Amino acid sequence: MPAETVSSLTGGRLRARRVALGLKQGDVAARAGVSPSYLNLIEYNRRRVPADVLARLAQVLDQPVGSFAEAQHGALIDDLRALAIGWPGEGLLRVEEFASRFPDWAQLVMDMGQRIKSLEAAIEAVNDRMSHDPHLSANLHEVLSAVASVRSTAAILAGPDDIDAEWQVRFLRNLDQDSARLAQGADALVRYLDSGGQIEAQGTASPQEEVEAWAEAADWHLADLPISPRLSSSARQLALSLQAEVRADIVAIPDSAFGAAMAEFGPDPLALAARFSTPPITAFRRIAFGAGAGLVMCDASGTLTLRKRIDGFSLPRFGAACPLWPLFSALVQPMVPIQQIVETPNLDRFLIRAFCQPHYPDGFAGPELRQAVMLILPPTSGSARAIGSTCRVCLRANCPARREPAILS
Amino acid sequence: MPQYCVLGDMMAKQILLIEDEVNIAEAIRFILARDGWQIDVLTDGAAAEAAIARMRPDMLILDLMLPGKTGLQILTDLRANPDFATLPVLMLTAKGQGRDRDAAERAGVSAFMTKPFDNNEIRAIVRGFLGG
Repeated sequence: MPAETVSSLTGGRLRARRVALGLKQGDVAARAGVSPSYLNLIEYNRRRVPADVLARLAQVLDQPVGSFAEAQHGALIDDLRALAIGWPGEGLLRVEEFASRFPDWAQLVMDMGQRIKSLEAAIEAVNDRMSHDPHLSANLHEVLSAVASVRSTAAILAGPDDIDAEWQVRFLRNLDQDSARLAQGADALVRYLDSGGQIEAQGTASPQEEVEAWAEAADWHLADLPISPRLSSSARQLALSLQAEVRADIVAIPDSAFGAAMAEFGPDPLALAARFSTPPITAFRRIAFGAGAGLVMCDASGTLTLRKRIDGFSLPRFGAACPLWPLFSALVQPMVPIQQIVETPNLDRFLIRAFCQPHYPDGFAGPELRQAVMLILPPTSGSARAIGSTCRVCLRANCPARREPAILS
Repeated sequence: MPQYCVLGDMMAKQILLIEDEVNIAEAIRFILARDGWQIDVLTDGAAAEAAIARMRPDMLILDLMLPGKTGLQILTDLRANPDFATLPVLMLTAKGQGRDRDAAERAGVSAFMTKPFDNNEIRAIVRGFLGG
């Protein structure tokens, strides 16, 4: 056995065997041909044992050499050595002595080391998730944005300078909005983390936004599109409902006939509706989803219920839309087709066709529900009505329909 | 309608803030306008290029994540134009991750700040670039 392979734990085992046999250190040393002081150093692991000396001592103590050379705490020592890699300190070289003399402490150190490694791996995994998980990233972004707004706005209000009363009201309203948004974002984040990241699409986006993002990713070809498992349960219901409508639209206006009708009429939903004897809204959706137009729908409250974007026509993510949209003209004039060329603040022009369909799901005894729809068609020319997206970000300084001041100039 | 408190035209340097978070934009606009800077706000990344070319601001404050076109894309396009190669650009982001900062620095950002930010910090950065 090469001398360097002999464990320093050997000393402890030699001593234990000698004591068990009732032999004196001097007697054993003499019979093995070494000095008592040298054997003492060996027994207390102060000297490594040369192979030939170990062989003689083993013979004196009537035990095979292997029983002394084999480390009782081999695995632990190996683990401790691995744990100590990269840590400075001469003392760490005495790992075998440490494990031999304080095995429980050594095991505790080992357990703590493994715990640290486990936590480091978890942190790395979270970091990786933050980098690559779009839902977590979106949640964090939403929370941080709300925090940033709250902090900046609160600092303004708490600052030493006088603030105009109207601005105070405005900033307090912003704080209220952002604190609600923060609470919602934090809740979504906690639910996400509680679930280990398995709850999907639990972001701060509304179910409607989830559905729009899902549809947008498929370029609004929804008829055969699998319902994404990443959608929240509410969004899934909306997606299923929208998909059912789209499928019904295609049954009402089949693909082959749709192309021919578009060639004949162009993107005229009322002409299509008349040709195929469908409700006008079916034709609006069919054109928007099948021919690349933008589409906005709203209910009787003016709340936007569906937004299919088109380049150049900005749609508000939050809050009410521009009251000058033909959508709202149609909303107050059910069954009257509205056609209008509009011009955005960026001077892009669009042809808008809008229509409002009343519904009476509970018959004469029930309320009237309205569904207004606005088709946004590619840029065109002609006399146009100036419109915007939503007042707060609208660049039109002297708009007669303004509800609130713009933050833009 | 509330008015911003602008300290005259003594500095009159123009800052274009491109930020889609309206309440954040409003707060930044307020604190910088109160310092006397002229602030214009844009919320859509897609309109940035035209707005910058039209307004030729003295400084740009740019959010990283924008609809239409990201702040990084805007910055990259900006630096490719000799007219704006040295325009001070402060990048804001809620994603203060190292790779965002690295990408912004590679694209030629002048300063980088993560949200949430300190109002005085952003004021100091603006003063550092525009004087005053």
